[in-house]
Amino acid sequence: MIWNDDFETLPREAIASLQLKRLKQTLDRVSVAVPLYQEKFSAAKIGMAQIKSLDDLRRLPFTLKQDLRDNYPYGMFAVPLDEIVRIHASSGTTGKPTVVGYTRRDIDIWAELMARAFVAAGSHRGDVIHNAYGYGLFTGGLGAHYGAERLGASVIPMSGGNTKKQIMIMKDFGSTVLTCTPSYALYLAEAALEEGVDIRKLPLRIGIHGAEPWSEQMRSEIEEKLGIKAMDIYGLSEILGPGVAIECVEEQHGLHIWEDHFIPEIINPETGEPVPAGEKGELVITTITKEGIPLIRYRTRDITRLIVEPCTCGRTHVRLERMSGRSDDMLIIRGVNVFPSQIESVLFSIEGIEPHYQLIVDRADNLDTLEVQVEVNEQTFSDEIKVLQKLSHHITKDIKDLLGVTCKVRLVEPKSIARSEGKAQRVIDKRLDK
Amino acid sequence: MKVEQISIFIENKSGRLAEVSRVLGDSGINIRALSLADTSDFGILRLIVDQTDKAKTFLKEHGFTVNKTEVVAVEVPDRPKGLCGILEILDAHKINVEYMYAYVERSNSNAIIIFRFDQVEAAIKVLTANDVVVLKGERIYTL
Repeated sequence: MIWNDDFETLPREAIASLQLKRLKQTLDRVSVAVPLYQEKFSAAKIGMAQIKSLDDLRRLPFTLKQDLRDNYPYGMFAVPLDEIVRIHASSGTTGKPTVVGYTRRDIDIWAELMARAFVAAGSHRGDVIHNAYGYGLFTGGLGAHYGAERLGASVIPMSGGNTKKQIMIMKDFGSTVLTCTPSYALYLAEAALEEGVDIRKLPLRIGIHGAEPWSEQMRSEIEEKLGIKAMDIYGLSEILGPGVAIECVEEQHGLHIWEDHFIPEIINPETGEPVPAGEKGELVITTITKEGIPLIRYRTRDITRLIVEPCTCGRTHVRLERMSGRSDDMLIIRGVNVFPSQIESVLFSIEGIEPHYQLIVDRADNLDTLEVQVEVNEQTFSDEIKVLQKLSHHITKDIKDLLGVTCKVRLVEPKSIARSEGKAQRVIDKRLDK
Repeated sequence: MKVEQISIFIENKSGRLAEVSRVLGDSGINIRALSLADTSDFGILRLIVDQTDKAKTFLKEHGFTVNKTEVVAVEVPDRPKGLCGILEILDAHKINVEYMYAYVERSNSNAIIIFRFDQVEAAIKVLTANDVVVLKGERIYTL
């Protein structure tokens, strides 16, 4: 099923000409309304008249998260505050939050794109959408909420937390679609088991998970433990919130990014240059319909590649491959680039390993160390030490073989790694405090 | 002829051992024999208790990873070469001892040793055929 046939299946040439038209409109607007862009464009000695084709886009300077921080709170807004009907912000774990504002039309488009996302993921009117993304400054909760309402589904605005109640509601209300982070989906499955609820037997059919990087193995884990089809959704508050891109249920491979509203590019995060077609790099997005905060060439820090081959679902919009990490989450351990998602893939390929793990990066005698904490469960536990040591060695070896990094595996007691009701904290980098 | 033993995974941090004994004590479970094997990161506590299943349930409810294994309790003559004689019999039949620990009995001239074998049934057969006394589980739980 497709929510908006006219736009989602637009021929490629039509997408390109629509993008160019909307890009020019956006550039005209920001170069007048946003001081930062006036400065950036004049520093780059580029006039808007020079942007004649989509390829010219790469002549424009990037926008960084730091730009949003430097212009905290309202400096990036392209419209007066009286046209802004909603304000969201990122958590601001590394400083001031990044603030974003939406006009009425922005909210309307967001709802439309989220409705497209729900339909692409296999949801429809009549679904009972259990929305366990946090409501509040975080965009997840309200983004999914408005989209679900636009779709005409019944939304349960659960927000995050209060896990026991989530399970009760899911059971009593007959939730058919679950929206939450992938780690919370697994946490819910685990908690349901403890409550004596077989989540697999509930009417739950689809999970729509995003807001943190996850692996294909984690998808299988979620699909098996919850008895659902787990779909990957992508978004970021700076660009819109959830619903920037979504997997289609037909392929479950690659996330269609709504190209009538965003222009995606992939660059080399070190050099800022575009990578050859189909190669991995950092995703850069330009918004071409946003009014509140239009962003030109925003560096998302997310690592992916573009899949341009036509999709069997009929949508013509390109796909982003599942995010394989973040260019700024990338750990450099003794000179080797390591993404937590790569370690996750290794762990999940070993039978019996719990989905809960944590990476502790530290430095001892001027050398980086990586400790992988893995929870022991009944399946992996043995009363013989050599069996457990074999498991540790197995993990160490697989990580070494795949990533070239030597790690120490620490087996820990079940539930000893903190569960998160939002985004899981997978990495503790103690080097940052040294 | 087999004895049920429970094993508990214990992270190497203070208070965990105390927590296990507290859970068992609060549930009215008595420990009959115990051994702790440890590495730098974790330990495995092996216990023979008077109520195996109840102990397992309570420990699991308190978040511990527990499993149940079958071990063999053997009476060993309390004299020089008493243990050696038994190990020689096992060796002759290629039965491997995974681990073992002694069980302290209050009043008896014989010592009791708990064995974990790679082949439990075969070990019992060989030992009894060689007139070694293998004790029943019930005897150990209620001693």
